[in-house]
Amino acid sequence: MANRPLSPHLQIWKWGPHMAVSILHRATGDGMALIGLGVLVWWLVSMASGQAAYDNFTGWMWADLGALEWSGAAIATSLIKVLLKIVTIGLSWAFFTHLMSGLRHFVLDIGAGYELNTNKMWSILSPVIAILLTAGFWALILLR
Amino acid sequence: MGNGTSIGKVRGLGSSHHGAHHWLLQRFTAVGNVVLMGWLVASFVLLPDLSYATVVDWIASPVSATAMVLLVISTFWHARMGLQVLIEDYVQDSGTKFGLFALLNIAAFGGGALAIFSVASLALGGAA
Ligand code: HEM
Repeated sequence: MANRPLSPHLQIWKWGPHMAVSILHRATGDGMALIGLGVLVWWLVSMASGQAAYDNFTGWMWADLGALEWSGAAIATSLIKVLLKIVTIGLSWAFFTHLMSGLRHFVLDIGAGYELNTNKMWSILSPVIAILLTAGFWALILLR
Repeated sequence: MGNGTSIGKVRGLGSSHHGAHHWLLQRFTAVGNVVLMGWLVASFVLLPDLSYATVVDWIASPVSATAMVLLVISTFWHARMGLQVLIEDYVQDSGTKFGLFALLNIAAFGGGALAIFSVASLALGGAA
């Protein structure tokens, strides 16, 4: 393949990491906006509403997986709690991913970083660094 | 060709008709998000635990409460503009678009107000 930028075209294009990171930026931003801000509001309102409401919040968003019941009607509740725990971790991943691709935006916005290799390198590195940051964040929280 | 300068002929074009201002605000709020979300993430890590007593004590201090209110404003503003772009890109029908913009504004202002009121009530000692 010729080592030059291929013109953007409606039908002729090839997948690349820069496209993935662009889509990830939108998906993580929209995910945080639609779900994350809801969780943020619930968290703050539960705090302002007292201990019982706060414990209810943490009980849903960060359930003790060992204490979940897996019989009868409790199965549905337990499934939701497992899902919500994944959502909580997912939101932290979305944040770090959007942060890295957002910082990449800043660099591209000032007109830097368009050289083919540089551009490719950072579109691969951004989401990878984000995963490392997510892992580091949870390690610090869970191992303290 | 007609009247006016060449810049006058292109102003207001594009899917949103006032893109440059929106674009800049998306970035101003993004910078705010970096600082304030950085503070929130650091707080999560540095707090001894995330129990009710610890968290309420932390949020009630003037600096934390102010930072949290600013965080709510910055993220809600940024997210409201981000979702606006999403709607502009994927919704063509102007009636549907109008309805979604109305919903988006209600959700953004309603959610933001609820969040800020909660922080204020904690900071001012009105916790239930
Ligand atoms: C950590 C700091 C953040 C940075 C540096 C950042 C940066 C950016 C930038 C530069 C854009 C514009 C992209 C473009 O013009 O194509 C953007 C879009 C967006 N951001 Fe953020 N952001 C941050 C945090 C957040 C948070 C916390 C949320 C949600 C609560 C969020 C939600 C969105 C949404 C929904 C969009 C629109 C995505 C699109 O459709 O293009 N961002 N962000």
